[in-house]
Amino acid sequence: MRIRFHPMGLAVLLAMGCATSRPQGPAPVSPAPGPSPAAAETGPLFPDPFPSTYHPFPSETTLIRNATIFTGTGERIDNGSVLLRDGKIAEIGPGISVPAGATVIDADGKFVTPGVIDPHSHLGVYASPGIPSLSDGNEMTNPNTAEVWAEHSIWPQDPAFGLALAGGVTALHTLPGSANLIGGRSVTVKPVPSRTYQGMKFPGAPHGLKMACGENPKRVYAQRGPSTRMGNVAGWRSYFIQAQDYLHRWEKWRDDGSDPETRPTRNLELESIAATLNGDMDAHWHCYRADEMVTAMDIANEFGFHIASFEHAVEGYKIRDYLRDYGVCALMWADWWGFKLEAYDGIKENIALVHQAGACAVMHSDDAQIGQFLNLEAAKALRAAQEAGIPITKAEAVAWFTLNAARALGIDDVTGSLEVGKNADVVIWSGDPFSIYTKTEKVFVDGALLFDRSAPNPYLYGDFMLGILPGEVNR
Amino acid sequence: MTAPRKHLDLRVSAGRSGSRGCATSWASPITILSVFLALSSSVPSGSVLAQSIAITNGEVHTVSGPVIPGGTVVLEDGVITAVGEDVAIPDGARIIDASGKVVTPGLFDSSTRLGITEVGSYQGTSDGSSGNDRMTAAFNVSEGINPNSTLIPVTRVEGITRAVVAPSGGVSLIAGTSALINLGGSRLSTMLEKTPVAMYAALGETGAGYAGGARPLALLRLREVFQDVLDYAENRAAFDAGNRRDYALSRLDLEALLPVVRGEIPLVLTVNRAGDILTALRLGEEYDLDLVLSGVGEGWMVAEDIAAAGVPVMTNAVSNLPSFEALGACYENVALMHEAGVTVVLSSFDGYNVRNLKQEAGMAVSYGLPHEAALRSVTLTPAEVWGVADEIGSLEPGKAGDVVVWSGDPFELLTSVDHVFINGEEISYESRQRALFEKYRTLEGIPPWK
Repeated sequence: MRIRFHPMGLAVLLAMGCATSRPQGPAPVSPAPGPSPAAAETGPLFPDPFPSTYHPFPSETTLIRNATIFTGTGERIDNGSVLLRDGKIAEIGPGISVPAGATVIDADGKFVTPGVIDPHSHLGVYASPGIPSLSDGNEMTNPNTAEVWAEHSIWPQDPAFGLALAGGVTALHTLPGSANLIGGRSVTVKPVPSRTYQGMKFPGAPHGLKMACGENPKRVYAQRGPSTRMGNVAGWRSYFIQAQDYLHRWEKWRDDGSDPETRPTRNLELESIAATLNGDMDAHWHCYRADEMVTAMDIANEFGFHIASFEHAVEGYKIRDYLRDYGVCALMWADWWGFKLEAYDGIKENIALVHQAGACAVMHSDDAQIGQFLNLEAAKALRAAQEAGIPITKAEAVAWFTLNAARALGIDDVTGSLEVGKNADVVIWSGDPFSIYTKTEKVFVDGALLFDRSAPNPYLYGDFMLGILPGEVNR
Repeated sequence: MTAPRKHLDLRVSAGRSGSRGCATSWASPITILSVFLALSSSVPSGSVLAQSIAITNGEVHTVSGPVIPGGTVVLEDGVITAVGEDVAIPDGARIIDASGKVVTPGLFDSSTRLGITEVGSYQGTSDGSSGNDRMTAAFNVSEGINPNSTLIPVTRVEGITRAVVAPSGGVSLIAGTSALINLGGSRLSTMLEKTPVAMYAALGETGAGYAGGARPLALLRLREVFQDVLDYAENRAAFDAGNRRDYALSRLDLEALLPVVRGEIPLVLTVNRAGDILTALRLGEEYDLDLVLSGVGEGWMVAEDIAAAGVPVMTNAVSNLPSFEALGACYENVALMHEAGVTVVLSSFDGYNVRNLKQEAGMAVSYGLPHEAALRSVTLTPAEVWGVADEIGSLEPGKAGDVVVWSGDPFELLTSVDHVFINGEEISYESRQRALFEKYRTLEGIPPWK
């Protein structure tokens, strides 16, 4: 079936566009030149000068009923209903009466899950079409580029944002690449139409510090160093030692009364690492090999910062007890392996084994293609669990691409599951989300219906795609 | 630290006790498991040559004919000898009850790197492309195929029984020729089914890049090549005597291209942009080539032209990100081409995850391709396109015993592969990945102990 650009969809989005350009939420915070005394007293030591300007799109009170619901918390509700009101989950359960004026969607035979969350993506920073002009994900000029922020590379017009939304994604984590020991700051965004990345930033989501183990930094910096894994470790430790000093200077200045005359000189590189040391953000560490993940935990313990997730964790299964005891999420693929030696021990049972051990198991994409169907990637991992005799239900496996992903990003208090009071990030699927033949039908972000397969909307795919195919061709 | 209750090394040594091998045994616990499996399913351990097998009561998708509910497939001496609802089961045959199961031909991936890559980032294990500009068309992948590659067992346990191993990249827009292998053997002599299968070249951005930086140069280069080969074909004696003008190709490359200009093997041209596809079709007509188009990201935009030319295409379904090669990429591409009458072959274009060929087929169905057409696109259609349809591709008497028994719909991601037969023999279900899983199935006995 062709996806046709529908004039109705266009009108709807034009209306939405107006709403976006006149946000009615809290007034934007003015960018400060540096940590102001006031900020130091009351807010974070290093405030964000690029705050979110996202405001939910217009929504209607919507009751979805007669659905098979996977809540994201491991539960399944048959013939269930979910009520979306004022952008939040207002009610969920077997029977909910229809509120006056509510739009009612009969989801008989359909499935409902929380919005998909992709915890490792490069959308926007490696935008489509994938040409050098849009290759903005790796600042490959120094093994430590903690000073760069992924959001400053994000192209809001990346057509892949709309394709991700169409795949049910309601939040995603865009990270810098893995060329560097410290690659920079990551950002969590919503894949919604916006002229600016600030308009996509997930309100309240912490930044992350992207770090990378193993072969990539070793290969990229072979000539100048680090060229070995031991060089990698020495690198991280020396950066954190410098950042400790930096953080102490700033904390002392704050504790001494934040006199503008004596304010320490800012250093963007150290600021990102210091913000990790003081807990404003966590590390998201690209590591394939088991032994390197355990080394990373030791480094985090040495300096007192937290690792929220191991990216790729191809050998997560070998140290699933360590992952559980440390309390870190392992972001994994269903079946990627072999493309380099540190990926050679990848097995299909990875996610199942990590899950079974009681650690935080998460499905991720790292890829604009498979990020459009993380539910299907989860299906492959679930099959591996079933064949290995590891008892995991579909309802539990849904957490791999919803609640556990939210946990990895530090946004599980507001999204990731269908629980009263959380953001109404919801997907209605045409059938069982673990079937290859199932597609998303409707995707709600903060209660607003942003993707509707029955009313295709050309504005979801960015300016780039507008008018680029011959007029007589319906895409 | 608590003392381990059982030691890892004990498990390993138990695996190969008494077996022949070098002293440093790289055995794995899987050996124990496979022996157990073999006993429990009454397969004699060690291969018994060509035991008769009857797969009964399955939902048999012959591909060449209608689906047979409650059908039986009989394999004898490595080939299919009977398929039907009511067929005689040979005496002494091993009977596999496929009630509630789906039976299909083994799947066939038309473009893979199986055996010619092992660790992707290590060039020493990579044998799929020529860096020698005197040996491009002449480059044939066969002798680079490592029959012991760990990628092969990982693939065959998923129901893929045949694969074309194709060359790629290198230093020329002509990449060389491919080989067709079965995934059941342990050495090249028993795996190699056909070579050369086809010649490979690229147009579009890739071809332009090799030819000097513009699309017309790629066409100029290919025409130069064909003119030289046609001239060489008529004047080989004069060439050998040194009485012919200089050719743009080495003697080895000219020789390798003879079957292409004679229409004996197909030329696989990688093209994606709608305009490039039409150019490729023109070129094929100009030199009367047996063309197969590969990639065809914008195929749906010119599907009627491709169908009219009678040129088959090889593509994947999981592709919708716009590139300047295929701004019109979309999931419906396969279904739209099929609707227009194009002969479509689906491929993974992969090495490590050739097993996801099933997912490709399922995605194509999800976006409009009829299920039976999807199954055909990974079985009989590739067999026809690569000229081996009299041997494989469907469940018909006389064809090779490549049969898979699935727990359900082969394209569903939760479906298991219950049995795989290649040339009438059940495969080993061991793989390096399974060995790793078995080792780490429990952490008990895995040091250090926490």
